[in-house]
Amino acid sequence: MPLRTEEMLLNVGPQHPSTHGVFRLILRIDGEIIQEATPVIGYLHRGTEKLAEDLTYTQIIPYTDRMDYLNAMNNNHAVVLAVEKLMGVTVPERAEYLRVIVDELNRVASHLVWFGTYLMDIGAVSPFLYAFKDREKIVDLFNELCGARLTYNYMRVGGVKWDATAEWIEKVKQLIPYLRSQYDEYMDLVGGNEIFLARVKGVGKYDADTAIKYGLSGPGLRCTGVKRDLRKDDPYSVYDRFTFDVPVSTAGDCQARFFLRMEEILQSLSIVEQAVANIPDGPVMAKIPRVIRPPEGEVFSAVENPRGELGVHLVSKGKDKPWRIHWKRPSFSNLQILPRLLKGENVANLIAILGAVDIVLGDVDA
Amino acid sequence: MTRREEEMSEKRKKHKAEDSGDDVPRDAHEKPADPSGAERGTVSKAHDREAESALKPSADKAAKAAAAAKARAADVKKKPKEKKKEEPPEPSPQQPLLDSFVQVIREKAGEGAVETSFINRKDGHRPTIVVPANQWASVARLLAEEAQLAFDYLQNLSGVDYEDYLEVVIHLTSLKHGHSLCVKVKTDREEAQVPSVAKVWPAADWHEREVFDLMGIRFVGHPELKRILMPDHWVGHPLRKDYVPYDQEI
Repeated sequence: MPLRTEEMLLNVGPQHPSTHGVFRLILRIDGEIIQEATPVIGYLHRGTEKLAEDLTYTQIIPYTDRMDYLNAMNNNHAVVLAVEKLMGVTVPERAEYLRVIVDELNRVASHLVWFGTYLMDIGAVSPFLYAFKDREKIVDLFNELCGARLTYNYMRVGGVKWDATAEWIEKVKQLIPYLRSQYDEYMDLVGGNEIFLARVKGVGKYDADTAIKYGLSGPGLRCTGVKRDLRKDDPYSVYDRFTFDVPVSTAGDCQARFFLRMEEILQSLSIVEQAVANIPDGPVMAKIPRVIRPPEGEVFSAVENPRGELGVHLVSKGKDKPWRIHWKRPSFSNLQILPRLLKGENVANLIAILGAVDIVLGDVDA
Repeated sequence: MTRREEEMSEKRKKHKAEDSGDDVPRDAHEKPADPSGAERGTVSKAHDREAESALKPSADKAAKAAAAAKARAADVKKKPKEKKKEEPPEPSPQQPLLDSFVQVIREKAGEGAVETSFINRKDGHRPTIVVPANQWASVARLLAEEAQLAFDYLQNLSGVDYEDYLEVVIHLTSLKHGHSLCVKVKTDREEAQVPSVAKVWPAADWHEREVFDLMGIRFVGHPELKRILMPDHWVGHPLRKDYVPYDQEI
């Protein structure tokens, strides 16, 4: 007697612990094999772009904190950078250095969250505890600097809101060797773990052509051998003053993405180290009018987020509020490749692949 | 559903009427801004910096309106206007690059394939071209495939509502050559239609759905054009300037 088989629809989410937010996937599966995956997004859509049209430029900044909430500093940076570009503002040196320090610390914190949650997704709980313990140290420093653990609202058009004290800089200096030693521990525990390595090797693999076509950015693009990092290719702020590498891999699988992100932690720490060593004294805000009215015009500027390129497309009509502001969110465009990666995969690989894409739903839905 | 839509359109009409009502006095204010500009200037000197900076855009606007009128009279677009703005018209370092792009596109896709081209100086001298909507599909293929252009990486795709028309703005980069380009495609507000480029750059897929969802531009030839961020049953396109939210309470 022939075995009767039929396809089945499987719903994943929107409330699913491994989607790290409200993300829904509709899977059409044949046994264990995924035939088709349809992502459903928008559960966290708050209409930031529409809201921003009724907000002054300073008022927009806290809204960006809530987009990619693991990485609010870089989000702040993206929006103030666009306004500064349009206005032609020169930001004081000290503010630029502070921006780089907090950007890179935030990148480390964000990668630590990814590291912890990714390992937890695929079944290892203790790395999560290690990662969050260390990330808390960075978050505490941010709390001391700007009074918030996650939603910093730290940057302003023309500089930063709060100057760092000498003690704060000293604390950052002391944190770097600690995080480096912790990094070694992670790599011992996880990076050298045969089970983990075998689990993610060759999973979710794609090549450079595919990555470029799908407009991927960040580690998702660099894991295929494309060396593109806006901090190097289109240096904003004072990134051109620091020596650091852009880690690249050619494997294109989840394992490559894991090692890239871990390597980026080290590179970021190296940038922070150089920045705290060379930070000049001086003001942290440029002289700008109290009411920010960029001239009529249109700019597009992008920063390198931990998850990829965050672009800001700003159209001004010379008013104190933007005519139109659009965020090109890295999580949103990186997520597009997911249906292609999942097709023909085992259901068991779903979480491993989704986790390695590294999305933040606030950033996907805006 | 139909009733809902009717209500919506009524509301919209009302909203429009209010808007234009607003506009009349505003225009009246702005038109004599040219002669009264000096007057206002003297007043603002007594005031703080803020008022001064407020004056600037209005003066700019008046100048621009005048320039636009002149341009229309001479029946030429953009270029003379730009020259007037930057008195010493220093050629942008990106100008030769832009010229070469335009030349290639016009050679392969016809004279009309590029409506205008200019350098967006405020945006780090970004080369910008305006492509007519009916040519966009073929120009996009050319941009991606022509060896000299090789725009393989779609950085951003967004829509802007300029009230008279809608515009799709695409930021392209060539990872091969390292150059970038901004493409603008204008479309009518009522019958908003632009060819889809999701087949040229798969990255455009969700971006086009986002623009369709929030701005109401139909991308013809898109594999699956439906709402992406808003719920499927949503009425209206929120990012349009005349959008009035449908309120179930009323």
